[in-house]
Amino acid sequence: MSKHHVSSVINGEPVEFLCEPQQTLLDCLRDELHLTGSKEGCGSGDCGACTVIVDGNIVCSCLMLGVEAEGRTVLTVEGVAEGEKLHPVQQKFLEHAALQCGFCTPGFIVAAKALLDENKNPTEEETRYWLAGNLCRCTGYDKIVRAVLDAAAVMRGENPPSPAT
Amino acid sequence: MPRVSYTAPTSIDDAVKALAASAGVAKALSGGTDLLVQLKSGRVRPEVIVDTKRIPGLIGIREEGDKFVIGAATPGIMISADERLTRAYPGIVEGVDLIGSTQIQGRCSIAGNLCNASPAADSVPPVIAARATAVVVGPNGRREVPVENIVTGPGQTSLQKGEFVVEFRIPKPLPRQSDAYLRFIPRTEMDIAVVGCAVNVVLDAGGTCTEARVVLGAVAPTQVIVEEAAQALIGHKLDDDTLKRLDSAARAACRPISDKRGTIEYRIKVAGVLARRAAAIAFDRAASRA
Repeated sequence: MSKHHVSSVINGEPVEFLCEPQQTLLDCLRDELHLTGSKEGCGSGDCGACTVIVDGNIVCSCLMLGVEAEGRTVLTVEGVAEGEKLHPVQQKFLEHAALQCGFCTPGFIVAAKALLDENKNPTEEETRYWLAGNLCRCTGYDKIVRAVLDAAAVMRGENPPSPAT
Repeated sequence: MPRVSYTAPTSIDDAVKALAASAGVAKALSGGTDLLVQLKSGRVRPEVIVDTKRIPGLIGIREEGDKFVIGAATPGIMISADERLTRAYPGIVEGVDLIGSTQIQGRCSIAGNLCNASPAADSVPPVIAARATAVVVGPNGRREVPVENIVTGPGQTSLQKGEFVVEFRIPKPLPRQSDAYLRFIPRTEMDIAVVGCAVNVVLDAGGTCTEARVVLGAVAPTQVIVEEAAQALIGHKLDDDTLKRLDSAARAACRPISDKRGTIEYRIKVAGVLARRAAAIAFDRAASRA
């Protein structure tokens, strides 16, 4: 079976790649484009480690075929920072130590960024429901939620105190 | 994943041809949140995947006279964001919104939820309760069928080879009509229904029910329209006696299995409770739409 030629915009850059029809978008990102920030946890849409933004909505890249990305705009964790400048969500993950092993972190960062793109002032409850599709075995989630709420405050121009060290 | 071929036709005719031409199994793809999981596990081994999302009308919500028309591949996030639907049928939006995580909502569709044919599909009971029809196309043309006629058992549908669902047509509600959907799971998010219940009612000016549909999910091989539960509501306000009869009728309609999420006895009991609670919400909403 012949490979498909796919043209997409990934992290702001026009990208072309070849893929087999059964390859997932996650396979294509990691194996064809060498964007290995997105992780494969479960491969069945349960853990959120492969979360990317496609045309403005977060999706599990393990549950989308690479060929479906034709003409779509994709943002992965590699595109969240602006050059050397971390996104507030990334900065607050560091400050709050909102990660331990780090495997779930790219998915959380992308999902949290998407939340703050559409809701500048989410409640803790909204944040927890939004992130319910991202699993973390290390942190117990609390530091992640604090980091996201703090990042929201920074993005609103408020100056939340840094967490106690 | 096993090898497969993929096509993304831009017309219904081309999609039907691609589905019907395959010598082996052909699968229509909308959001893929069930199909890709089944491909990876080997539960389905299609020769061809026909992506329906590039067909005009398959994604989107429109009004046609006295109907809402929801394109079969419309993702959950678009349905939840539609103010017309949220006002008209909050119960449908509640059911759709309960499918999976935020990530899944970006892709999942009513057609996928229906044709995956899980007894626990959350969007299906409220869509049946609203008397929606599914427009099915195939090699023999186009047919419009009540949504409850699509699923025939767990993982089984009445769709023939080459057929797929293109849209759902939902009658716009009457002035004092509304609905509600509740599901019970043992945790607060990210689980499969132990029981789901949709109630759709029409009230008269005095608050008496004149039409009703009560649909249960996850308590039988398919969704169940509980005619006796509707009869318990029609002609009545939602008083204690009516609620009691509704509860009994809902419990009597259950033919559940026991599994890790709940026993037969538990599911039956919860079905009665959810029917009462969903009816209370639907009555309140219908009264406030007056």
